[in-house]
Amino acid sequence: MNAPVILDRRRVLAGGGALIVSFALSDGFAQDQSAPTAPALKPPGSLATAPYLDSWIRIDADGNVTAFTGKAELGQGFKTAFQQIAAEELDVPFAALKVVTADTRLTANEGYTSGSHSMQDSGTAIQNAAAQVRELLIAEAARRLDLGPENLRTENGAVIASDGRRLPYGDLVAGDMLHVQAQPKSKLKDPATFKVMGQPIPRVDIPAKVTGGAAYVQDMRLPGMVHARIVRPPSYSAQLTDCDTGGIEKMPGVVKVLRDGNFLAVVANREFQAIKAMQALSAAAKWKETASLPKQDDLFRILTNLPSQDKTIFEQRNPSVLGQKTIEATYTRPYQSHGSIGPSCAVAQFADGTMTVWTHTQGVYPDRQGIAEMLRMPASNVRCIHVEGSGCYGHNGADDAAADAALIARALPGTPVRVQWMREQEHGWEPFGPAMVTKLKASLDDSGTIADWNFEVWSNTHSMRPGGAGSMLAAQHMAKPFAVPEAKPIPLPEGGGDRNAIPIYKFPNAHVVHHFIPDMPLRISAMRALGAYHNVFSIESFMDELAVAAGADAIEFRLKHLDDPRGRDVIARAAEGFGWRKGQKAPRDRGYGFAFARYKNLAAYCAIASEVEVNSETGRPRLVRAVAAVDSGQVVNPDGLINQIEGAIMQSMSWTLYESVTFDDTRITSIDWQTYPILRFDSVPDSVVVHVINRPGKPFLGSGETGQGPAAASIANAIANATGKRLRDLPLTRRKIKQAIDA
Amino acid sequence: MMLKVNGREHQVDADPDTPLLYVLRDDLGLNAAKFGCGLGQCGACTVIVDGNAVLSCVTPLLLLEGRQVTTLEGLGSIEAPAPIQRAFMEEQAAQCGYCIAGMMMRAQALLQKNPKPTDDDIRAELEPHLCRCGTHMRILRAVHRAAHLMQTADASTVQRSAR
Repeated sequence: MNAPVILDRRRVLAGGGALIVSFALSDGFAQDQSAPTAPALKPPGSLATAPYLDSWIRIDADGNVTAFTGKAELGQGFKTAFQQIAAEELDVPFAALKVVTADTRLTANEGYTSGSHSMQDSGTAIQNAAAQVRELLIAEAARRLDLGPENLRTENGAVIASDGRRLPYGDLVAGDMLHVQAQPKSKLKDPATFKVMGQPIPRVDIPAKVTGGAAYVQDMRLPGMVHARIVRPPSYSAQLTDCDTGGIEKMPGVVKVLRDGNFLAVVANREFQAIKAMQALSAAAKWKETASLPKQDDLFRILTNLPSQDKTIFEQRNPSVLGQKTIEATYTRPYQSHGSIGPSCAVAQFADGTMTVWTHTQGVYPDRQGIAEMLRMPASNVRCIHVEGSGCYGHNGADDAAADAALIARALPGTPVRVQWMREQEHGWEPFGPAMVTKLKASLDDSGTIADWNFEVWSNTHSMRPGGAGSMLAAQHMAKPFAVPEAKPIPLPEGGGDRNAIPIYKFPNAHVVHHFIPDMPLRISAMRALGAYHNVFSIESFMDELAVAAGADAIEFRLKHLDDPRGRDVIARAAEGFGWRKGQKAPRDRGYGFAFARYKNLAAYCAIASEVEVNSETGRPRLVRAVAAVDSGQVVNPDGLINQIEGAIMQSMSWTLYESVTFDDTRITSIDWQTYPILRFDSVPDSVVVHVINRPGKPFLGSGETGQGPAAASIANAIANATGKRLRDLPLTRRKIKQAIDA
Repeated sequence: MMLKVNGREHQVDADPDTPLLYVLRDDLGLNAAKFGCGLGQCGACTVIVDGNAVLSCVTPLLLLEGRQVTTLEGLGSIEAPAPIQRAFMEEQAAQCGYCIAGMMMRAQALLQKNPKPTDDDIRAELEPHLCRCGTHMRILRAVHRAAHLMQTADASTVQRSAR
């Protein structure tokens, strides 16, 4: 199925045709050529895979500076952070810079915007590329002015000589000067001299978003654009048996009705015409459905009985330490929805043999590969351009909508086609965050220290993202369908279902097993934090259970088992900010909780203390206040970082207290906000405070997902503290809490 | 029919059952009101009609004859932002921002009726609105700030006219 893509790469490698005109392809060419002779020491971040400086920074003759990133702005605000990084290292005014994000014709291939990698991969690449470009500019100025570089400095987009002569960057850059490979090391600025990095610069995208500017792919209006709607099957395995489209083709404004196997779509001139036609088409379509979903009531027994690939991922043995008191517990997490507020959308246009797709995908290159494969076109004839959508929090319907738009646009050459999913389609067809089960067992020695620790996790993979066409619904539903690719676990140290399954704490004996389940009864993929959400919820809940068993304070107990100094620092900062005192009792019907994790055990550190009130009559929980501390390495935009952690706490609270995908034996039944309730304003806390620990000069750690797990466990621990009852089956709903209180 | 949006009359040629949202977005080319659910469950499509916050995705065109529709575009612009827009910028009250325009319109309607809302008033008013990024705390702060900015603006107007 990859044939067209491989062919295209060969053509590029051979230098054939007119393909090497564009920047991205020449970059791809260079990457492929340089790979065999690549030096042992690679430049940092994504420079390792896209080493040319002009993949990241370009300066035109007028002195306009553009930074390029292969990552997609999803509302995390890193576009602003990247602009700060480039401005800082280049000595260019912040406002004079432009940042271009993921576009297969313009930017480097940085894979997916996921896993809290943007700052680490792309931010690091931009920082180092900018620093090296600055060095090149100084070297060029030194040559022209016949001065040593020590007599030159940079300021405000120009190189300035000690005698006052000034050479603007635009005058210095000529030809292919920046088309050189990055060096492994850069002369980065001393963080103590930062003027732009570390500042809470307002986000560049917010003004348009709060004044009705065109900010999203949903807002695109190309000349002659038509509106498409999909009629999806009513359930995963439904087969279209009959569909009389005659009447629908005659409806007002209808341009086309498309049927390709189980793929059904309608196109109309105006949006509401498309919706009416979609409703009529939906009524006309006859489907044969099969009951193929597991029993929801028995989900966790079914999941743990599915065939699994079992692997011990961590083993530590010290037979001299023996536990005295053993406890065990099982924690479960249901399928959960990304639940984007704006259903997925894409615009595609097929013109002059090229398919252009504007999409809010997290990976323009993998998306291009999938779409090219589906359309049996060379990937070089497909261009994917990222345009912001509603927040996605992982793999939602974005890639599917892009494939839908491309498939329809091919049938309407020249015409731009906008596909907008409906609410029930997003809820019913998005790939969910996978259900998970963890079983924990640990023993305390007679000093109340953990002597042995056993952790087992059962999970599907946490990524079924495209790359191949088979990951996209349109390709799965075509008359000649593409098979869903085989699920693969995401390897450690990042991990998928086993992300954060290995404890950060030091135990003399520890045994961690990952039961990877290849079969996927429901459509699943990556959701913010992947397995770390449930694993950290489990570990940090269980640490509290053990602390209670040891008669110890929750924080003291954690610190007793934790060596990592940066981990200890965030714990101390959150505890101090919260006013945590050993043995302190919360007011009646309230509880205090604490939790901590380092995301993936290699990214940002986050500790969260929370206060929860529980209505003892109804069981209703409410997070009253939360205090977090985060260490994300060198901070680029402190307010952006705080915004991410605040958001993580609120979203994780919603997952933890309310959310569960529901289904019967055939269909997904949580298909809107009534059937899939999430956080509303009546449950918003009184306050959320985030303390940032800056680590000047340290690597960026990435913070988009670090709060999910600790927030969940902190809230669960506070509920246990308030009620004296431990809940282990997510979500921790009012009903479950009430039942636990009454039990 | 004629539809009055942001102070201007528009001749609209759409079926009377067309929800206002599609008229605003497709016929008038306005971006702020967003499609979120089409069911009146999330608030992303909220606009102001005759001073009241209205869910435009479930309000058919035929109900709007002779009424005044205001969208976020009608309040101000990037160059000259209205107090509510300034407040959301100053509080950096957005992540993806998709829900924000709807939130701002309901907050604006509240502040027009009740210039000094309590925190509870604001929370109760925003209850129909969903935010998935978890920007709630900033949204609340931004509405408080908008109330303050509006009062300051009013006060300076009063002062100017008194002179």
